[in-house]
Amino acid sequence: MNTHTLSVLVENKPGVLARIAGLFARRGYNIESLAVGPTERPELSRITLQVGVLNQQFLEQITKQLNKLVEVLKIVELEDNAVRRELVLIKLKADPATRSQIIEIVQLFRGKTVDVQNESLTIEATGSPDKLEALLEMLRPYGVRELVQSGLVALGRGSKSLTDRSKSDKIRTPVRNN
Amino acid sequence: MTETIAPPMLTGAEALVESLERVGVEVIFGIPGGAILPAYDPLAQSKLIRHILVRHEQGAGHAAEGYALATGKVGVCMATSGPGATNLVTAIADAYMDSVPIVAVTGQVGSSSIGTDAFQEADIRGITFPITKHSFLITKAEDIPAAIAAAFHIAKTGRPGPVLVDIAKDALATAAPFVWPETIDLPGYHPVTQPHVKQIREAARLIAEASRPVLYIGGGVIKAGAADELAKLVEITGIPVVTTLMARGAVPDSHELNMGMPGMHGTVAAVGALQRADLLIALGTRFDDRVTGRLDSFAPGAKVIHADIDPAEISKNRLADVPIVGDVRNVIAELNGVLRGADLPDYVAWRRYLGAIKAKYQVPTEPTHEGMLSPEYVIKRIGELTGPDAFYAAGVGQHQMWSAHLLPFEKAGRWLNSGGAGTMGYCVPAAMGAQVGAPDAIVWGIDGDGCFQMTNQELVTCALEGIPIKIAVINNQSLGMVRQWQTLFYGQRYSNTDLKTLRVPDFQKLAEAMGAVGLRAEHPSEVDAVINKALSITDRPVVVEFVVHKDAMVWPMVAAGTSNDDIKIAKDLAPDWEDEEL
Repeated sequence: MNTHTLSVLVENKPGVLARIAGLFARRGYNIESLAVGPTERPELSRITLQVGVLNQQFLEQITKQLNKLVEVLKIVELEDNAVRRELVLIKLKADPATRSQIIEIVQLFRGKTVDVQNESLTIEATGSPDKLEALLEMLRPYGVRELVQSGLVALGRGSKSLTDRSKSDKIRTPVRNN
Repeated sequence: MTETIAPPMLTGAEALVESLERVGVEVIFGIPGGAILPAYDPLAQSKLIRHILVRHEQGAGHAAEGYALATGKVGVCMATSGPGATNLVTAIADAYMDSVPIVAVTGQVGSSSIGTDAFQEADIRGITFPITKHSFLITKAEDIPAAIAAAFHIAKTGRPGPVLVDIAKDALATAAPFVWPETIDLPGYHPVTQPHVKQIREAARLIAEASRPVLYIGGGVIKAGAADELAKLVEITGIPVVTTLMARGAVPDSHELNMGMPGMHGTVAAVGALQRADLLIALGTRFDDRVTGRLDSFAPGAKVIHADIDPAEISKNRLADVPIVGDVRNVIAELNGVLRGADLPDYVAWRRYLGAIKAKYQVPTEPTHEGMLSPEYVIKRIGELTGPDAFYAAGVGQHQMWSAHLLPFEKAGRWLNSGGAGTMGYCVPAAMGAQVGAPDAIVWGIDGDGCFQMTNQELVTCALEGIPIKIAVINNQSLGMVRQWQTLFYGQRYSNTDLKTLRVPDFQKLAEAMGAVGLRAEHPSEVDAVINKALSITDRPVVVEFVVHKDAMVWPMVAAGTSNDDIKIAKDLAPDWEDEEL
């Protein structure tokens, strides 16, 4: 099973996420991660999907089925060198003896401490999935009380923009209504 | 300075009717109810739209399908919220599977009540997400015209399909300026209709290299109105043709190169053609499991050219060597342009081989089976006495398969059936819709005694609305196809397939009670007389019950999950392929 990252540009309308989630459920596709948010254009949203597929043909089928949704404007598969980030919030057991050790680890990973209590410490970190996994590996021995992680968001490198390109090649002249 | 005229203020209901008129709707099949009630007030005033009051919303949905198939226009059905809308679901799913352009307009509870489990509330848009091409939930009156314009555009363009427009009751009741959209703005919807020239040339190259090519024709050819182009392609190339269940009539059955229907109950010639081909030219078809049988042994020696307007169908089930995205009518026209005058093989040995198999293995049509009337004979006679200009609808099951083999398919678009969804109960309402769309044509429904009991209430609609369809009930007293599987695969244990329809209902009396004429035949000698009698009645619907043998089985058959190579022409009897001729 290989993981691929799809960036999906959609119309910002109610029900779009339900359509996409429903499509994945109905056709038995495997979503590993999903993140939805606004873009620089208010009428558009961008969905970043990580999908697990057995082969290229399967990925092509997912892309084609997504493209059939009327509110989906554009889909690109992000290349391996794309910038990929997740956000993680971790609440750890911490007492005066371990607190400074934890903070040191978190700083090594360019994370931040966002809440300190007598018996706990909450930290925030962003990064690639690999980096966050490594951080978690280091922190686990101190006792993870709670963990929440965002879906992955990603952008391709270079000056090109998904929304720009959609202006030229996908958002074409509307059809005359006769 | 130009003076701008303020747009007229219309209620949402008035705007809905005005919009439906503007997109050219002439007929709506529906039933009113609470949430949709505001729309029915201006609808009654419309001089352009005829509303046909059906007896069940499922009937409205299938009638819209039948109307769409008979006319080439978008069929329209209308229902209220909750159960009215959910009763449409089967028909919407059917239209989705068979790519039939319909628009379903449903009432929804008031926008402030949505999500509160209000009386007759159902999230019909959510329920139909997986079975609609697109859908709208409208909560403001001013959004109605653009939604209707877009819904009809989406339903009929690209790969056709059902579109749902769900409108909250308050959106229908409040007034707003009526602005008809100049353009339809769907930034994510641009079906590709013109095929890529390079792909056409590549397809032509494979055709020129093939020695055993087959034109594998699907329902898309009928939907695209491409029968004339296809006839030219067959004439230019001399390549044998198979026409799927959805494509019967795309090439006349009388054409010597038409090998008939492939698939689970396909002819030996059609199944054999696919299995032994070295090239499949698949046009407007989707490699359905009922055609391919076990996929890994389907057409094992064939390269594949696959043309479809829906890119997602290409290489979905079988990897295409030459994928072509486009309207199949354009695709065939382009192919004809490249192939005309090209140096092509004559495929003569291949044609002779398939011609011999076709001549040897015909679907039997003896008048009786163990002394009882045979269903195959009845269906064949209906076709022979009525002719190829009539529309023929079928239900789902054995009678559907016999109809697909034995009716006179000489013209495209005359055959209506539920192929993908396999919806029992499709026949009567679909025939009704076709008759409304083609009032001067003869419309036969070939139905089973099981199917007929699911939707026969629409005969009341037909009787009251002057829709003189003719329904042949092929009464084998059982759920025949299920019984056939029980005979073959479940040790003749007939669990719940005996309908006891010789005793109840009395189909003649049932027909009469609904305002139709009821006729009956039990012996071959009576068959022609009742068919002719039915054909002579043109002012009201007719139901003809044919009491047939319950153990008649559909042959040939490829058992589910097995290879097409294991096709049987009778129980445990395989055809003799005489492959040495190839």
